[in-house]
Amino acid sequence: MSEMVLSLRNIVKHYALGLEKLTVLHDLNLDIQRNDFVALTGPSGSGKSTLMNILGCLDKPSSGEYFLGGRDVSQLSEDELSAVRNRRIGFIFQSFNLLPRHSALDNVAHPLIFRGEKLQQRRAMARQALEDVGLGDRVDHYPNQLSGGQKQRVAVARALVGQPDILLADEPTGNLDSKTTETMMQLFENLHHQGQTLVIVSHESDIAARCKRQIILRDGVIESDTNQATHGGALAHEL
Amino acid sequence: MSFEIFRAAILAVRANALRSMLTTLGIIVGVASTIAVVSVVQGLSYSVSNQFQSLGSNALTIEAYTPLNERIQGKFSHLTHSDLALIRQRVEGISDVTPILVVPGSQGGGTRHRNAVSLATILGTNKNYINLDDWMPEQGRFILNQDDQTRRKVAVLGKKVVEDLELPEDPRGEFITIAGEWFKIIGVMEERGELLGFNQDDIIFIPYSAAGALIGHHRLPNLQIRLRVRDITALDSVRQKIERLLRTHRKLGRDQANDFKIQTSDQLLESFEKVTDTVTAVLGGIVAISLLVGGIGIMNIMLVSVTERTREIGINKALGATRNFILLQFLAEAVLLCLIGGLIGLGLGYGLGAAVAAVLPGFPPAQVPAWAIMLALGFSASVGIIFGIVPAAKAANLNPIDALRYE
Repeated sequence: MSEMVLSLRNIVKHYALGLEKLTVLHDLNLDIQRNDFVALTGPSGSGKSTLMNILGCLDKPSSGEYFLGGRDVSQLSEDELSAVRNRRIGFIFQSFNLLPRHSALDNVAHPLIFRGEKLQQRRAMARQALEDVGLGDRVDHYPNQLSGGQKQRVAVARALVGQPDILLADEPTGNLDSKTTETMMQLFENLHHQGQTLVIVSHESDIAARCKRQIILRDGVIESDTNQATHGGALAHEL
Repeated sequence: MSFEIFRAAILAVRANALRSMLTTLGIIVGVASTIAVVSVVQGLSYSVSNQFQSLGSNALTIEAYTPLNERIQGKFSHLTHSDLALIRQRVEGISDVTPILVVPGSQGGGTRHRNAVSLATILGTNKNYINLDDWMPEQGRFILNQDDQTRRKVAVLGKKVVEDLELPEDPRGEFITIAGEWFKIIGVMEERGELLGFNQDDIIFIPYSAAGALIGHHRLPNLQIRLRVRDITALDSVRQKIERLLRTHRKLGRDQANDFKIQTSDQLLESFEKVTDTVTAVLGGIVAISLLVGGIGIMNIMLVSVTERTREIGINKALGATRNFILLQFLAEAVLLCLIGGLIGLGLGYGLGAAVAAVLPGFPPAQVPAWAIMLALGFSASVGIIFGIVPAAKAANLNPIDALRYE
């Protein structure tokens, strides 16, 4: 339970803004353990997008160390980061970001291309992942034939198909109505109970409230980090 | 992985089928126009080479040759019967010595049969002519040795002459008048068709000796001599021997140039091929320019396409695509576009060339040599690589965060 999936050590990120240096993250430390269910919240400008990008290996910190699965990934090359993203991280975006010309199945199978998996193997894995999110009957549909909730579930299947160490969801319910938001949250809770590590970035407090651990970011520092172990237990009881 | 890259390229080209078509138009036009022209020129070259080849590589042609400045002064050199006699007597290891004496078609009022007139070229030659030119009579026979020795007034006609003189379908035994003399028709040659607007069937063969008598002393006979060297390895020594003999015989001084030319059939072929090669090279240059223009069109659309698909590129990068994958994907797309254009252009050009050759009277069928196909496709692919690299690099270098945020 206490196995560390990732840890940030003294992470600083600044951008050059003309002659001035804008520091977005100040000396940030964070540990996330296996099976953590984390909500990352904070007002706009708090640096949560930047932190999200660094966690997702889309961006490099200006200084500090980032250990992912025991390996320092803070100074890897662009292509090495691509490989890390491919194997260790599953992304879920607010706007789904599905490939419009690919069927649901091909969308889910897509990241496996970059691992060099064979077509048949990819399709088999993708089919399984779609069944896991309850879309086993929609494999041949194209994104424009799917509802918002279905699209986001395809995106979840795509994020999960490679069995990543951590699932990063950036405002996953931002484009969904309240009913599909509920379905989506139940899906996340389910994944949490299956042992998946999740980090959800959201500005909606009721979404954050359903997560086991809540991190509030303000002006580039962690303002609070609370763990509601009891909630997780209550949830387990409910299910 | 390479299969995936190719598959992605096909998907992208297919997704915008109409735009892809229009994009490749420049390449299509460029390749089609080359292939059309090359096929026509090569068809011509092919049919001419075949005729030269029937001469055989061991054949020599000896002709009078007058340098330009002497021609301007009105001096023309001629080969005469005595040159022929000399070669026959003094050169060893040769066979099929064939004199060809041209009697102007209009001499003595042309060739007549009743009221019909023909201005066909009249060649005085001997039996060896058909061996060297690989041209056989269709009806009757060609000139024989006895005809030549006894100066018989017999004639073998080309197909066109038979028509022009309104002769019956089998004209053997009929009489015609050539320069006022009666000649009996003994044969008709196979039809050969036109070459470069010149009707090869508009020709009459008569015995060499009879032709000499026809020309008489009105003008100096201009003789062409063809012969075969029995042993091909002796070709050069025979040629030098003939050159020495003729120089002595024609009383040329040490510092005087030859007033005759000795050519092998290979040399004749070469000088012809030089012409077609030049034509091909010039056209190749024009096509290189049109492909360049086509390539710029491709680059332009690919750049637009990269901008349009910024988000897709961002997704790919977030999901783990390397820079190389993105680069190769867009490069493959550009090459695919160019190759499709090249293939369509190839088909169109071939059709166009065949149509042109079919429509122009007397043109041999179009020929598309394998090298032209390889060159057209190779060139198209290179254009794809050269003009695809800039858009592909742009795509590969996109920052995934910005690309994902792109609307």
